[in-house]
Amino acid sequence: MRIPCPFCGERDSDEFLSIGTVGPARPDEKASLDAFVDYLHFRDNPAAETREHWHHVHGCRQWLVVSRDTRSHTISAAEPARRSAP
Amino acid sequence: MTRLATGGLIDRERPLSFRFDGRSYEGYEGDTLASALLANGVRLVGRSFKYHRPRGIWGAGSEEPNALVELRTGARREPNTRATVIELYDGLEATSQNRWPSLTFDLMAVTSLAAPLIGAGFYYKTFMWPASFWEKVYEPMIRRAAGLGRSARETDPDTYARRHLFCDLLVIGGGIAGLTAALAAGRAGARVILADEDQRFGGRLNAERITLDGLSGSDWAARAVAELEALPNVSLYPRTTVTGLFDHGVFGALERVADHKPAPAAYEPRLRYLKIRAKRTLLASGAIERPIAFPGNDRPGVMSASALRAYLNRFAATPGGRVVVFTASDDGWRTAYDVLAAGLSLEAVVDTRAEVAPALLATIPPDATRVVIGGRITATAGYLGLQAVTVAGAQGEVFEIGADVLAVSGGYNPTLHLTAHLGHKPRWDETLCAFIPDQLPPGLHIAGAVNGSYSTRAALLSAGEAVTAALGHLGFSPRNMALPDVADEAAGVSAFYAVPGKKAFVDLQNDVTADDVALAVREGFRSVEHAKRYTTMGMATDQGKTSNITGLAVLADATGRTIPGTGTTVFRPPFTPMTIGAVAGEHVGKHFRPTRTTPLHAWAASKGASFVEVGPWLRAEWYRKPGEQGWRDSVDREALAVRAGVGVCDVSTLGKIEVVGRDAAKLLDFVYANRVASLKPGRLRYGLMLREDGFVMDDGVIARIAEQRFFLTTTTANAAKVMQHLEFCHQVHNPELEVAFHSVTDRWAQVSLAGPASRTLLATITDTDVSDAALPHMSMMEATFFGTLPCRLYRMSFSGERAYEIGVPADFGHAFMERLMAAGAAYGLTPYGTEALGVLRIEKGHVAGGELNGQTTAGDLGLGSLIAQDKDFIGRTLSQRPALIAADRPALVGLKPRSVGDPLRAGAHLVDVKATPSIETDLGYVTSACYSPTMESPIALALIKGGKRRIGEPVRAYDPVRDADTLCDVVDPVFVDPTGGRARG
Repeated sequence: MRIPCPFCGERDSDEFLSIGTVGPARPDEKASLDAFVDYLHFRDNPAAETREHWHHVHGCRQWLVVSRDTRSHTISAAEPARRSAP
Repeated sequence: MTRLATGGLIDRERPLSFRFDGRSYEGYEGDTLASALLANGVRLVGRSFKYHRPRGIWGAGSEEPNALVELRTGARREPNTRATVIELYDGLEATSQNRWPSLTFDLMAVTSLAAPLIGAGFYYKTFMWPASFWEKVYEPMIRRAAGLGRSARETDPDTYARRHLFCDLLVIGGGIAGLTAALAAGRAGARVILADEDQRFGGRLNAERITLDGLSGSDWAARAVAELEALPNVSLYPRTTVTGLFDHGVFGALERVADHKPAPAAYEPRLRYLKIRAKRTLLASGAIERPIAFPGNDRPGVMSASALRAYLNRFAATPGGRVVVFTASDDGWRTAYDVLAAGLSLEAVVDTRAEVAPALLATIPPDATRVVIGGRITATAGYLGLQAVTVAGAQGEVFEIGADVLAVSGGYNPTLHLTAHLGHKPRWDETLCAFIPDQLPPGLHIAGAVNGSYSTRAALLSAGEAVTAALGHLGFSPRNMALPDVADEAAGVSAFYAVPGKKAFVDLQNDVTADDVALAVREGFRSVEHAKRYTTMGMATDQGKTSNITGLAVLADATGRTIPGTGTTVFRPPFTPMTIGAVAGEHVGKHFRPTRTTPLHAWAASKGASFVEVGPWLRAEWYRKPGEQGWRDSVDREALAVRAGVGVCDVSTLGKIEVVGRDAAKLLDFVYANRVASLKPGRLRYGLMLREDGFVMDDGVIARIAEQRFFLTTTTANAAKVMQHLEFCHQVHNPELEVAFHSVTDRWAQVSLAGPASRTLLATITDTDVSDAALPHMSMMEATFFGTLPCRLYRMSFSGERAYEIGVPADFGHAFMERLMAAGAAYGLTPYGTEALGVLRIEKGHVAGGELNGQTTAGDLGLGSLIAQDKDFIGRTLSQRPALIAADRPALVGLKPRSVGDPLRAGAHLVDVKATPSIETDLGYVTSACYSPTMESPIALALIKGGKRRIGEPVRAYDPVRDADTLCDVVDPVFVDPTGGRARG
């Protein structure tokens, strides 16, 4: 796969590490245990376009949010995680 | 004599000698092993997989199911290579496979007599009982009887390489369509890669009697190649098979760099794996002729009609002198024409169709041969090769014709494999009687026979269209697209797949007959994927390139479905077999992963260090002195030297990260479980990181160098992970914070100077004030050593003794150590390795890898009091899950055996003295163990239910794997200096 890194341009997926789908935002420190369990462990795993966290480990070392269709691997967007709404 | 007197693309001036099954033969430069064997009258080249039937050469390309041989000898012996694609070289040695004792007299051929008994699923049904027999008896027996070549037993002496390529347009296949497209794109200025699996570009142009622009096919191809070679923006890759199509225009290809030589030259890889990224791709992979299944269709001498043309026209080699053509398509008539043109005897043309176009009939002189319209081949005869065929005419008349070659043409299957590698399904074309690509992977264009454009003219037109579309996407304008002037050959085909009868082989490679497919259906394996697995049809090295459609047709017939209703099996990479070595490339042995050495490695080696692998690092584990009998002698001496005097240890492998910025403290407060913001500049603090799930992730030391600058150490193993974690915590969780991270692990040679004499020694090598007032425990400063060398000096202790860590700029590390050792001689300065380091920290109850195992909480490790209660941090909430704070969680304690001689090892389980060891009575386990020279006893750290409440109780360290059961006392985990006074000084 080729990932269109917004900083480095299109690069091989070998340069990246993916940790899976972007979950909900991290709950507030006062949130319940259950809210944290949901946040940390539960993902939908859809057969559809999904947003994932990819880290450009062997590149700019930026965390990206990559929108990838899990059926076709079509990548429609890749944006810096720091600018991406959760 | 089976070499034609003239013609062919062989160099008759350059004879080559080669051996097959021990006998010497001669061929020419330009031959393949298959063409050279045929030119020498060798038709029998192997025995079949299951029935050991004599087999010859079916095709002339990489789809070959039959002519598999072992190539080369010794360590370079390679099984199952296809004689049809092995380029002949001088001294080539090949051996036939799967026969015993010899190819012409194979005792295992008796299995053929039992063929009615060993049809599809025979092994599954027969060797079921007893189950224990499968591995020891049945499988070895089957493997002896069935199977193909033997791989080499020795280590592969060859090397393999990998290359990364980029282009605007990748053209796969260098036949007429591919060459036309590459020329157009090259002339337009696009960066083009043209790859073809053959050593010679041209594809069928080299194999046909054909004229383009007044040139022969091969001359036209040579002219095109010469033009392409002159274009700087075009790269030609002959002998290169594109094996896989992957996402986003990424292709894998195998380049046979030196496979056409006896052995690669010095420093030359045998094979090279190419990873190609193409903006657009034009697939012009052609088509593969399909066989017809009929009784006895596997006899040597029965071959693909188009392959026969290739042998006659390209190699001037003849498999025999008396030819019968059996065809269901117009293309078979081309073979008939070429047979006559080559001067061979054309015994008959048998066309399965009820009607044949008069124009086609007119290509053969009326008295030249016998023409049977609407006929069938119903049987063949001959012992080790074809001698006669039985023909059934349209009116039911049956007669025999003497022949040593039967050229079979069942139509063509487009070579569409790559178009399906991403899961796109081909569609059935009723006119072509073949599957052709339907929806294409993004960025892929197809042209020529793969698109069903079989005639030369159709191939040219489709190539022009496809390359124009591709160039349009790329933003180039096609120039000089004039197409050569060529004839439009007839390419009609009919749906004819099989003649009923016994031993009508569908899959020659796997010995699957039409009867086997029908049997599979009767036994319920109706799905194409099930039938494939049950019969093994379409498996092994050829992956059914010749057999799949015929097999599908038979399956469809047996199940009463249509071919498209039956569907195809899945196409997966690689297109043709690949050597594993080529996939691994250079990444073998020491190159599998890099070895990291510290700046002090050479120094340590010069002091007699033995090294141990710690992740990618090599670390000194101990420094043996003359007279020391075993490693324990060295380790005990080193540990005692630190407790009594002073020792020095290389700790450069620890991860080192510098964190700078206005919000550095704020970010670290979020990452660490303990408080960081309150740390004063110049001070150090032990830091503990949790994972978000509440377990301990890593530990290290936090140094606040300045208000907005921190220096962190991580464990050696987790350095990369922590860096990544910091970046995640910043960019994803706290993007508003102004902070940056810099990995400085390699910038510093870091040494630990530990022992009661450490400060005295330190004072002799620096003018900076290192008194306890200036540098108390857990503080840092910059200090100049040996008058000129600025270093960072940290006062911290892992050993429990007064200790310092000195951060020396990496390039000066070695020189620093030489000077330090000279200065330390008077104090008995002793280098110590990771083993002594481990002993010292276990004696102090400090946790390390054994305890930071991903299953422990801060509380388990006795570090619960460090956790800050008044801030949010990673892992805070989930560390409070009931199970993580349960009172009976195993917690850290020390262990001492009652008897000093009893073994105590990490991994031993702890059980109550009276209990029977079981999962239910398990109390915990030993995490780290060593012999303590200070305590003069084995000691250990362990996690035990109840933790420190058990101090004073006896417990068994039960270790059945290593046959130990040691009575221990639970003690405090800090064995030496429990109050910590020594480190504080």
